This record gives sequence, structure tokens and C-alpha cells, in this order.
Amino acid sequence: MTGGVNSFQVSGYGPERAGWTRVFARDGLARRLDWPILLAGLALSLLGSLLVYSATRNRTELNQGDPYYFLVRHWLNTGIGVALMIGAIWLGHRGLRTAVPLLYGASVFLILLVLTPLGSTINGAHSWIKLPGGFSLQPSEFVKITIILGMAMLLAARVDAGDKPYPDHRTVLQALGLAVVPMLIVMLMPDLGSVMVMVIIVLGVLLASGASNRWIFGLLGAGAAGAITVWQLGILDEYQINRFAAFANPELDPAGVGYNTNQARIAIGSGGLTGSGLFQGSQTTGQFVPEQQTDFVFTVAGEELGFVGGALIIGLLGIILWRACRIARDTTDLYGTIVAAGIVAWFAFQTFENIGMTLGIMPVTGLPLPFVSYGGSSMFAVWLAIGLLQSIRMQRPMSA
Amino acid sequence: MTNIPETGRSTRVQVRLVVIQVLVISLLGTLGGRLWYLQIREGDQYAKEASGNHVQQVVQPAVRGSILDARGVPLADNETRLVVSASRTDLMKMEDDGKAVLTKLAGVLGMKPEDVMMKVRLCNAETPQPCWNGSPYQPIPITDEATPKQALQIRERAEDFPGITAEPQALRRYPSPGKANTAQVLGYLSPVTDEEIQQAQDTDSPYLRSDMVGRSGLERQYDKQLRGKAGVTRYEVDKLGRVLGQAKADPAEPGANLVTSIDSRVQRIAEYELNEAMKEARKQHDRNTGRNYEADSGAVVVMEAKTGRVVAMASNPTYDPNAWVGGISAKDYAQLTGTKSNYPLLNRAIQGLSAPGSIFKVIPTAAAIKAGYSFEGPYNCSSAYSIGGQVFKNFESQNHGPISLGRALEVSCDTVFYALSHEEWKRDGGNKPKKNANDWFYKTAHQFGLGEETGIDLPNEVTGRVPDRQWKADYWKANKDAWCKYGKKGGSYAEQIAYENCLEGNRLRAGDSVNYSIGQGDTLVTPIQMATIYAAISNGGTLYDPTVGKAVISPDGKTVREIEPKAHGKLPTSKKTLKQIDEALEGVATRGTAAWRFGGWPQDKIPMHAKTGTAEVYGKQTTSWFATYTEDYSIVMTISQGGTGSGASGPAVRNIYNALYGVSEDGEIDNKKALLPKPQKTLPKVRTDGTITSPKIAKDFAKEFRPSPSPDGEATTPQGDDPADPQQAGTTPSPENTNRDTRRGRRRGGGPGRGGGHPRRRAPRPRAARPERTAS
Repeated sequence: MTGGVNSFQVSGYGPERAGWTRVFARDGLARRLDWPILLAGLALSLLGSLLVYSATRNRTELNQGDPYYFLVRHWLNTGIGVALMIGAIWLGHRGLRTAVPLLYGASVFLILLVLTPLGSTINGAHSWIKLPGGFSLQPSEFVKITIILGMAMLLAARVDAGDKPYPDHRTVLQALGLAVVPMLIVMLMPDLGSVMVMVIIVLGVLLASGASNRWIFGLLGAGAAGAITVWQLGILDEYQINRFAAFANPELDPAGVGYNTNQARIAIGSGGLTGSGLFQGSQTTGQFVPEQQTDFVFTVAGEELGFVGGALIIGLLGIILWRACRIARDTTDLYGTIVAAGIVAWFAFQTFENIGMTLGIMPVTGLPLPFVSYGGSSMFAVWLAIGLLQSIRMQRPMSA
Repeated sequence: MTNIPETGRSTRVQVRLVVIQVLVISLLGTLGGRLWYLQIREGDQYAKEASGNHVQQVVQPAVRGSILDARGVPLADNETRLVVSASRTDLMKMEDDGKAVLTKLAGVLGMKPEDVMMKVRLCNAETPQPCWNGSPYQPIPITDEATPKQALQIRERAEDFPGITAEPQALRRYPSPGKANTAQVLGYLSPVTDEEIQQAQDTDSPYLRSDMVGRSGLERQYDKQLRGKAGVTRYEVDKLGRVLGQAKADPAEPGANLVTSIDSRVQRIAEYELNEAMKEARKQHDRNTGRNYEADSGAVVVMEAKTGRVVAMASNPTYDPNAWVGGISAKDYAQLTGTKSNYPLLNRAIQGLSAPGSIFKVIPTAAAIKAGYSFEGPYNCSSAYSIGGQVFKNFESQNHGPISLGRALEVSCDTVFYALSHEEWKRDGGNKPKKNANDWFYKTAHQFGLGEETGIDLPNEVTGRVPDRQWKADYWKANKDAWCKYGKKGGSYAEQIAYENCLEGNRLRAGDSVNYSIGQGDTLVTPIQMATIYAAISNGGTLYDPTVGKAVISPDGKTVREIEPKAHGKLPTSKKTLKQIDEALEGVATRGTAAWRFGGWPQDKIPMHAKTGTAEVYGKQTTSWFATYTEDYSIVMTISQGGTGSGASGPAVRNIYNALYGVSEDGEIDNKKALLPKPQKTLPKVRTDGTITSPKIAKDFAKEFRPSPSPDGEATTPQGDDPADPQQAGTTPSPENTNRDTRRGRRRGGGPGRGGGHPRRRAPRPRAARPERTAS
């Protein structure tokens, strides 16, 4: 175990060196950073900005006459995201540990705020808070992080203290209770996609915590039963049911619900091996795919960059996920392991669901593609998560 | 505490992390695989769908070319009507989907607003007519009968009627110049079907949704040339149909004009005379059936003898082709296709079949020469010819004594041809046919072009039939099961025939060859086939493909593609024989069976040739046939259930010749009155702008050239029925019988099946779809 509270202080034990030298020293910041994750994240964000630009440069009704409106904002979001990442590294995931109750409380407060008249509805989901200056905030993105941190704190506390090899039932129950409260609120919005992500996060967190198998299988069973109950009781809105129906049979209503799926698939399918070229896609230019800068941004890549571009995006996300798995496995404390695994579950599911729905193998839900989709809240949350991953990696001994 | 120093690495957690890692990898692998499937394996298909997505076509229909007669008179053209249309794309952009505009428009047009709304809605499975089944990007016609005042109201207040246009548009019209209807020859148009659009999709002349397609006659035959090419402008559009850019524009090319060899004046006279002849025939009493002739249908063909070009072609009953314009009404359609109307859509000149009777005799004459018999003979024209126990009688048992083949044609002597045909039948082996039978009489018929299409440039011509050995064998094969089931030895008349047909219907019997020699039996011909044959005799032996189209002139008038006469064969006769037949046919007109119809004809100036025919039809009245030709024209007329050849058709044909040559009833030739003393050689003049000149036309030529409404009043014989036409069918084994229908079945002394030949009999058989008539 390394001693310091954060990495900047860790380097303090050696002889005095110049700042840059310190950064690149054997145990310096640059060496400890996980570069593949950082570069892949930056590459995805840059690529995303181009795709978002391609999808929006002609949509005057959205970009307010400025073709670069979304491009610039995507860059801005990325910049803020990277800053948030640096902040997270600086504070460190352990440093944040003490602040977790505060963060959790703040995020739950924000999603409660969404349910008040301050919240606004976009695409049937009442999950945004309008801010001045044309910005809007989607607090459910941050809840994903606070659920991970909160559960990890609870589950790892006694194990990391050495009291127990695995979290006991009481702790697991407490952790679940912590996750369920915001999930229920998000469900009321209703933002079913985010709830699904949170369910997967909970599963990933429990798996990594070493909680008893009974909890895992019990949760899976409860999830299935819950899904059936929700379906039977008709809690879902009609548009949500229709999305599932259209997923089961895209020909059902090609002009209506099935339209998104069909047009998305046509856009991707027409790309072929190398695509029509960036900014050259007729499906994209003709605006046949709805929500193309956000949920369906992958179709732009599919059409304009072809299989090569699509595979590149999947590959870059694969690098991030692979490295994150390594971080989870290599770290020495359960807290770090759980946080990393929770982030893996989150990114992996959101990637699979988002790309899968454009490819017609998953039902349509409103989930952004990490780094690539336009959207500030998502971008911030994703980069914060990257910061946590970096922090976990940096706080293990180099020799390990 | 020491046993768990690194809690994150406990085995359970490590195993679970590996599980998570494997799950993540398989999820990403699934995405990659699916991506490969969509983009690489199915990519082409999606690329196609995508291109269909973002390109929209706007179609400007081409103006259909006109069909003109030989002098340039339009038989089918287009009339300009004011069409008010609505652009759906524009209407849908309005907040109320254009409801306000359409309601205002309905007010101007004097229509109900609901009706206008219905016209612009798009057709689908749940939407019944009226609805628009064309492209939603196409202007949708609201009415084609707008008045100029209404059109002006709409155009002057364009800002009040966004998306509405009032433009003159071309619609098909059949003007019937000088009352020349020409319905069956012209044909008609109807909207293109989905199937046709599919079929023509990848050809060089694809159909458009809004296209009208020629369904019969010239409209169908020359559809491709007449149709032209619609202008297509392709726009790249976005999801909402907003135009991003114009991809490609092909301007509309109007269709070419078709000049035909039809002379509308002669056509009118032919139609009129045919109709008059049929009306007249219905007044005549038929001795054989004891009632008046029914004259249910008829046809006449006027053909240029030296080219095969059709100057006039009429079929009766007929209809008004304008009934089809702008969509036929259900009532009209029922009327045109119902049994009661006797199928006016049929062009009986090329689709009507019947036994030719004696006009067939030129063929056995040529066949006899081929078989080695001399033209001069003499051959005995006895009152009857008997085979075994069977007697085949000459018409009214006339006896002309020993005569030449030429004289046999003139007086239409049956027994001469009976004997020759029977002789040949015996030479070919009789009931035990030789392997390489000569079959001169049948071979010659084929060489004259019977049993196959003449190749006229009109669709759905029928072939007719030469009842040779091959046909008999095939026909027997197809029907023997029914015959054998129904047939009964010693049963009723029909049962006996079926029984005999079952036993030996596959063989060519002596009686068959005898019946066949005078154009009876199972022989079937069309009027156009006979006109082609008689034209060939006139022109020295060339069988031309009859043509109606004469030239296709491009819309700008710069390219003229003439349709040259084309021959499909030569008559298998020597020049000498042809001359002898020609002389005999002149004899028919001057001293033979048709002479009484050509009284006072200027034979020295315009040599007339003719052959009469009266074909017997089982269970019906006789078919009248009249085949004629001069140096330049051949005219063939037939009237079903009309009586004798010269009796029913003679005056009409003479009147047509009178009009062509300007001959008055007393034989004077007035060249000024002559419509067409020589065939029209030149094409109508094309003006520099592409339009075609046409002469002024009288209201009704038929009235001008028919001084007396009752031609029969001038007939040289007092009876309506024709005593000079000796054509008499088949066998009359029992002389005491005078009723043809009853005597036909009986034979002297003998049960069924005995004897070498017997009368041609027919058992009941499934009725053909077409009202086919067969001789008995």
C-alpha cells in the first residue's frame, strides 16, 4: 500500500527535481497514467465531434444557423470533461471517499429536482434540467457515478479494513438500498434506458465486491420478475412498449415506430467497407435518421466511414474497457476494484445498447454512446469516470 | 488481517472480474460481427435502399403521338383540356394540410370540398377510390373539365391557391373524321398496371405510374413509338421531401406520329356499306331455317393489291373508342364485353374465323395443277359425285357437263373439285395413307398462307386452320377421350358421330378430302388471309404482310421511318396458271356467279375479278363471302349468318369500288368523284414545325357516294336470295331430303363406321371461348 493521499504528493519523497522531470520520472505522473485509456477517450471524443458536425451542419432548425454550433460545443464539453478528469485524479478516488455521501445526496437532490417544474422533457423522457444559456443538465448521468461510489464505499468498508473477506448480507442490503432510491426516481421520469444501465452497474458492482452468489442470482431473478411485472402492470408508456415491438419486428410500422430502426440500419448498411466519406453520406445529409447527433451518432460513422470507421469506434471503446478491466484486476483494494468494475459494467452496457440499437440487435432506448454522442452531462460523467480509473491505477504500487 | 493483505485480489473477486472481462469482450465481438454482417454481407442491398430514400422523381408526361390516315387526317389525336391539379408536397407543408386551399378550390370549380379532398388523398389498402395512386410528388389532377374562366380565376389569384395549377393538358381523342370510326383498328388505351411497370422496369422504355398503355389495335402495336418518353427530373431530397439539389433532368419527348395506309373516306364507306349490307340481309328470308338472316357480325378489308397496305378495315358490330378515354365506366365496359353485344371489341377482319366456302376454290385449282392435272381438262361437272354408297351433290344438282378448271371456278362447280380431291386422296393411299403422301391440296393451302398469321401489324391476329393429316391426328388426340366417353353405337345423331370420331377421327377420310376441296369441313380462315391471297393473285403471286402503319414520323417531323411492304411468300403457281386463274376470276365477274352484281361495270377500263362463297355452318345460317380484286385493290367481305356471297355482300363491295374509282351505277367513270383511283403513294406533307398537313374532310362520305339507299332495288335478279351462287356444302346422301339440317346426319343404307368416307360430322365438344364458327 502506498501512503500518500494523492499522487502529486507521492512523488515528494525523492530528491528535488524540476516539474517536468518529476512528471516523467519512473514513478511520475506520466508513467503512472494509463495512456491507452486517455488517448482512446480523446480519439473517440474528436471523432465524435466530426460525426456530430456531419449530422448537424445542415440542420438549421437545431444549430441556429451556425453549422459549427454542435462541433464547438462538443469540443467544449470534451474540454470540461478532461478538466473534470484531472480534478478526479487530483482528488483521487480515495480522497473522494469521504465526500461520497455528499455527492450522493447532491445527485439524488438533482434528480428530484427534475421531477419538479424545473425539469424539462426531451423525447418523452422527463430527465433534463434547463440551465440558462441554452445548456441543460441530465442528472441521471451523474447518479450512475454516485451509485458506483456509494455502493463501493459501503461494500468495501469492512473488507478493506480487514474485518471480513467478503461483504456480509447486511452490507449488501444497505448498498442495494442506496442504489434503489435514485433508480426509482429515474424510473418516474421515466428514463428507462438509464434505469437499465443502473441495474447493470449494480450487478457489476455486486459481482466485483465478492458478495455471495445468492445475491447475484437472486438479483437476476428479481430483475426478470420485475421486468415481467412492469410489462404486465402497464407501467411503461406506450412509446416504450412500441419501441420494443418495433425491435421485435422492424417491418411493423416502417413510417412510425420502426422508422428509426429501419433508417438507422439503411444508413449503416449502405456504408459498406469504407463508407461514403466523411460529410458525404446521403442518409445523413438527408436527415433520414432521427436523433443522429446523440443516440444515433453511430449511424453517421457507419454510413460515412463504413465498416472501417465503425470497427474503429468499437475498437477504441474496446481498448478503454480492456484497460479498465485490467485496472480492476490489478488494484489492491476492493474499493478501487469495485469502482473500476462498476465503470466497466456501465460503459460496456451503454456501448452495447447504443450501437446494438442502431444495428437492430437491441431495442431503441435513449442512451448516448460514451465520448461520441453529443451531450454535456454524458460527456462530463464519462470523463469523470476516466479520472476515477486513472486514480485507481495510479494509487497502486508500481511493482505490482 | 495478514491473510487478506490485498483484498482486491481475493480469488472469488478475481474469478468474477475475469467473467466480467469475458462478457465485455463477447459483447463487443457481437457488435463487430453484426456490423460486418450489415455493411459487408448485406451492404449492397442497403445501399440500394438508401438511394431510393433520397432521390425523388418528378415526371412530366409525354404527349402521345397521333395516328393519321394516308392523307394526314387524324384518326386518333389529343385534345387540350384544362386540367386543374394540386401539388401534394405543397399542400402538406401547410398547417392544415391544405384543407383551406382545397375548400376554396372546390368553390371555384363548383365541386364538393369532400370530393376534392378525396381526390388528393393517397391510395392504400384501406382507402377506396377516389384516391391518387400515383407518386405523391406528381401533381394530382382534380378535374380535366375546367372552364377557361375557372382556370383564369385560379391562375390570377395564385397567392390564394398555393400548390394549385391550372394548365392545359393533352388527352386522347378519337375524332372519327367523316364518321370513319375505325374503332377496332385503332384500339384503345387504359392505365398501366403494376405488373407492366414491374416488367418494363429495366427496359429502355420503362412505364410511369401515370402512363396510359395501348391495349389493342394500332395503339398497342405501335405503343412504344406513340408513347414518347416522359420527362423525368430527379431531385435529391431530405426526409421531409425538401429539395437538396437537382440530380438529373431529362426533358419530355413527345411520341412519334403514325401515318397509316387507312383512307378515312374509304374507311367510312366500308363501315357504312358493311352495316347497310347486314341490315339488308336481316330483311331477307332464309329458306333453310325458315327465318330471316341474322347477320350477327361481319367484316370487310380493302387492301392495296401491290403492297398489302390496308386502305380500309371494318368490323361489325362496332363501338365508340372514345368510351375508353379518361377511364371507361363500368356500364360501358359491361356493354362492350357482354355476350349480348356480340363482342364489338373483336376485330373480325383479323380475328373472325369461318369456313371460306367457294372463295377457297382458287387453292384446289392451283393444287390440281401442281398435282399434274391440266387446267383445260375437261372435267365432268356432274350433278353429284358419289363415293362408295355416299352421294356428294353439286349445288342444286346443277349439271354443266365437261368443263375446264377455269369454267369450274366461274360457275363454282363443286363436283369437279370433289372428284379431283378424292382422286388425289386415293393416290395418297386412301384409307391406308402412304408414308410420303403428296397431300397437294393441303400443302398448297399452306403455301397460300392459310393456317398461319399473315403478319399484319395489329395484335392478336388468329391463324385459322388447314385440316390436314397432322391437324386431324392432333385434334383427335386432344378430343378422343371425350368422344369415346360420349359416343354410342346406334345412339342419337350426336352420339353416333362421337362414336365414329372416337374410332377413326384421327384419319383423313375420303369424305373429309371432298368437303375440304370446296372450303368446307374444318377449314377456317380470316378475312385478312383471303384478302392477302386475292391480292397476291392480282399482283402476280406475291403474298404481302398486310400493313396498316405506313410511316412513323418523329414529333419534329425530321425523321420519317417508312414501313416498307414486306412479303411473306409467293403463290406456288406458275405465271401461266396464275393468268388462267385470273382470267377465270374475271369470268366470274362478267359471266359467272358474281356477274349479276357487276352489271354495267366498266370492265374494259377497270377489269374486275371476283369469287363468291357461301359457307355452311353447323347449326347456323350460311356465311356470306365475297372476294374481289382489281389491278390495284383487293376487297374481301364476309357476313356471318348473312346468306349467299354475292347476295349479301355483293352490293356493298360494288359500292366500295364505285367510290374508289368514281363509277356511277350506270358504269360511267367520273374521275372527280373517284376517291382513290390509284393507291395513295405519297406521305402527307410535314410542316417545318413538325405538324402534318391534312385535307378538309366532308361530314360523311358514305352519304355522298350512295345515291340510292336501297341498292337491292337495282339487283338484276328479282329474288333477294342468290340463285346464281351454286356453292353448296358437303354431302346430301338422301336426295329426298330438302332440309339441310336434318339430312346432314343420315346416310343411305349402312350403320355408322361403314364405308370409306362419310359426311364430315362433329360431335358436341367443349365450347371454345371465342365464338368460333365451323362449317359442317
